[in-house]
Amino acid sequence: MPHSVSPGESPSHRNDEEVLPDAPPTDATPSGPEEKESEATENDTKDRLADLLFDDDDDDEFPASSAPDTKNENPASRDAVDSSAPQPAHVDTDTMLAFYQRLFPFRYLFQWLNHGIVPSPDFGNREFALTLQNDAYLRYQSYATADLFRKDILRMNPSRFEIGPVYNTNPRDRKTLRGGQMKPVSKELVFDIDLTDYDDIRSCCEKANICGKCWTFVTMAMKVVDTALRDDFGFQHILWVYSGRRGAHAWVCDPRARSLPDDRRRAIAGYLDLLRGGAQSGKRVNLKRPLHPHMSRSLEILKPYFAQTTLVDQDTFVSSEQAQRLLALLPDKALNDALRKKWESSPDRSSTNKWADIDSLAKTGKSSTLKTSTLREAKQDIVLEYTYPRLDSEVSKKMIHLLKSPFVIHPGTGRVCVPIDARKAEQFDPLSVPTVTQLLGEIDAYDAENPSNGAGDAVDGEGSVPNDSDVRGSRKLQDYEKTSLKPYVDYFRSFIAGLLKEERGGKRERNEDMTEVKTESMEF
Amino acid sequence: MIRQDFHQVDPKRRATLDHKKKQFAAPVYKQQDYPHRLNFYEVPPTAEITLEQFEQWAIDRLRILAEIEACSYRNKSPAETEAHITPLLQKYLPLSSNTSSSLGATDQRLKNERQKDHYSHFILRLAFSATEDLRRRFARAETMLFRFRFQKDDSRERRAFIESLNLDWEPVSDEERRELSEHLVNATPGLRRVDEESWYKVDWERVPELVERRSVFLYRGKAYVPGREQLSMIIAEFTARLERSLELTSRALPRLDEDDRLTPILNHLSKNFGSAESVYSEGEGFVDGAPITAQNIDQLSQHFPLCMRSLHMSLRKNNHLKHYGRLQYTLFLKGIGLSLEECILFWRQSFKGFTDDEFNSRYKYNIRHAYGDVGGDVNRRGRGYPPYSCQKILGDSNPGVGQTHGCPYRHFSVDNLIGLLQSTGVSDRELLRGVREDVEKTRYHIACNRVFEWTHKAEIKRVKEDGTWNQTDLDTIVHPNTYFKRSYLLKQVGRAPKKA
Repeated sequence: MPHSVSPGESPSHRNDEEVLPDAPPTDATPSGPEEKESEATENDTKDRLADLLFDDDDDDEFPASSAPDTKNENPASRDAVDSSAPQPAHVDTDTMLAFYQRLFPFRYLFQWLNHGIVPSPDFGNREFALTLQNDAYLRYQSYATADLFRKDILRMNPSRFEIGPVYNTNPRDRKTLRGGQMKPVSKELVFDIDLTDYDDIRSCCEKANICGKCWTFVTMAMKVVDTALRDDFGFQHILWVYSGRRGAHAWVCDPRARSLPDDRRRAIAGYLDLLRGGAQSGKRVNLKRPLHPHMSRSLEILKPYFAQTTLVDQDTFVSSEQAQRLLALLPDKALNDALRKKWESSPDRSSTNKWADIDSLAKTGKSSTLKTSTLREAKQDIVLEYTYPRLDSEVSKKMIHLLKSPFVIHPGTGRVCVPIDARKAEQFDPLSVPTVTQLLGEIDAYDAENPSNGAGDAVDGEGSVPNDSDVRGSRKLQDYEKTSLKPYVDYFRSFIAGLLKEERGGKRERNEDMTEVKTESMEF
Repeated sequence: MIRQDFHQVDPKRRATLDHKKKQFAAPVYKQQDYPHRLNFYEVPPTAEITLEQFEQWAIDRLRILAEIEACSYRNKSPAETEAHITPLLQKYLPLSSNTSSSLGATDQRLKNERQKDHYSHFILRLAFSATEDLRRRFARAETMLFRFRFQKDDSRERRAFIESLNLDWEPVSDEERRELSEHLVNATPGLRRVDEESWYKVDWERVPELVERRSVFLYRGKAYVPGREQLSMIIAEFTARLERSLELTSRALPRLDEDDRLTPILNHLSKNFGSAESVYSEGEGFVDGAPITAQNIDQLSQHFPLCMRSLHMSLRKNNHLKHYGRLQYTLFLKGIGLSLEECILFWRQSFKGFTDDEFNSRYKYNIRHAYGDVGGDVNRRGRGYPPYSCQKILGDSNPGVGQTHGCPYRHFSVDNLIGLLQSTGVSDRELLRGVREDVEKTRYHIACNRVFEWTHKAEIKRVKEDGTWNQTDLDTIVHPNTYFKRSYLLKQVGRAPKKA
């Protein structure tokens, strides 16, 4: 049984629960709200708690009230609709609405941006920008609570939305202020990696298409950037999010990162930026020696990727065109001539062999002027040019830059923008990320397999008290838990937990009086 | 029982009372002592000073700042600026190190110097926080002054001062430095060995330029900065803090609850900043004992700088000068100590083709106005306008047709300039070639000073040899009235060598 331990008695559980109000069965959530309610009536904090409670209800309510129509009466037909739905490339408005209603983790998104349970300006003054179904773009939306946020998203049913900075005032009030009065005060430090920037070095796909082979470029970029942010800048709370098609975003959520002014953001972007100039500008990496520790470390991370991805998977230098470019990056003319001659005689020589040729020919002494160190440095530069992260640094430089929210649907692919665990970045496969239609199908499949549970839901939902099932001891599953979205939401939750733990530490220092109240609100 | 709140000590006002009674109590301020020569100007002054001190201290500091600005304006090298500023600082805003007194920081003289430095800074903050432009220039000039003093500071005192700032700089231990030596060398360009320098750990946000250029070693959010970057970090910190406080001051300014004693002084100060006019204080150009009357101007005009000499020559030639020429010349004459009555007499006699009525109705008022004899309250209080400095004259718009004001070196064509110089008796070919070069390079001051040095070379040599004049007295001339005074005095020395 999940609640062999009563939440009121166990401080450790209470901690967990504050962070994760609608935690899955392993936590002792079910009885929490009930107890809470009785306590809350005797408590000053009643209103606030009630808010939270109703938030909780909301998530349960929808599956119960709206979903049963399709789910219980005719699950098969629902499946049929799904399978006959057009290509995932187009997500219709009903599907989108169902996704927001049943799957989108509003509460966690709220907690993530709010840095706590009690609604604060961190969330209330945060700008959201909605792209509506008719492609209208609504900026400066803001919401006081998770509940209002959810309601408005359901009402507008945007095809996606983006997250902007926290302003010093409510962004909706901007028109009442004199010009220049509204100023951004904080936002996560963000990074954007997009595979289109790699088009000149990936041979497998181009433009918007991706495959497992070229996704490795994103993986290595994530590793390099993540390591630098953690080891060099000391950031800890870095959320990587799949952008839905061919890239990834990083959200650095540490308090210190959120409050960075633009010039400091520019400094980080410059620190991480390496490639300069476009495709036509010749050698784009010209590092001074000795290598900066960040560069030598990145080089160590990237070397194996170069050997595997660039030389084998992509076989980048197999075409004579690309081989020419490689030669242009080498420093010695005599060596280049020898290599060119050799490669022209065997046109389909593999990249690995060509790369090895450089060293072997250099050793045979084709050139007397070439120093080994010069060649080694040139080769290092080449490795970096072909593997070093290509960041869209403009995104990182400005606090006011908007970035697509995690967990929204990419309108082109129908895939959910799920978080990626950077520690297991290699295991992430963008092509197996669930699409919205797939997820809705999984809910129905689950409910069909577990009819009792589904029925329980229905009964449950009709009652005004959503916790009947808790009394009976079986906690009702949230819809996302029935689907392959669950591991991603779970990861997001654990990420938030880590973030909130640090936030809480900071806040307690500032205001000791709040501790008492906070302990109370933990009992979710 | 007085309860002390150790967490929230107001830096300025001491919480010595029950907070409930605080608003009715007379505030008790923390006594400021000045253990260090340098000051980051974090805490505003709270003791009482007289209005005279208020104005005088501000003017003295302003003089220095204007000089500093003028130096940068003229592209002087740091060494030149130092040579120029040091004697002025000694004169107007001395700030001695602790070692200069046997008593150390407790010496009353040092305290007074530091108090003046402290107070004058804050007075000028009030005067220069009003507009974006003034704030920027003030911060720039103050930063340069701070940098200058910082570099001159005794190294031990400097270290003590830095430590007192609580800048959150953690020295890197020898052990850690050895461990990281490879990284430190690789990350820091232009460094050969790590043990040459002392290293500090600071939050990386403090050195964004180094981070952006990837020329500093970072570890877990700390930047490992070599000691030689210390100066730039301190300076950056000083500027950042000053700009922030100026911004705050400007927002508080409209609510400044003040009677009408300070505001006019502050306005006057801020109006004067920027033109080097503030360098020139009233009466500075006066020469004691010189017979300065309307009758003597012709004879004195040999000591005038070329701009005034040319005005005088065209006045004598045309018996008339246009408005701006009159203004420039009148103010100069006022500056050399010509009284209002004598000045009116001088112009009356010079304007030969006019009747008394014409003169009185057209010109007299302007002369009286320039002397502050008539006009609005501000003009009268300020005793008219100050004599124009070189910077002001150079900066003014080009003289139009028939106008004669301005600076000949700047506004005349080179050939006309050379002609004018020759007509005043300057004919040395080597010198004229130098003047041509200077003018080409737009170094008008240098040209003017070059002429001065040539025309007074015998006298300068003498006063240098017998040591009666030091380098300060022979500094670059940046004001026509200084030119006159120096020229006059030098010729006096020439005439009476045993002046003692």
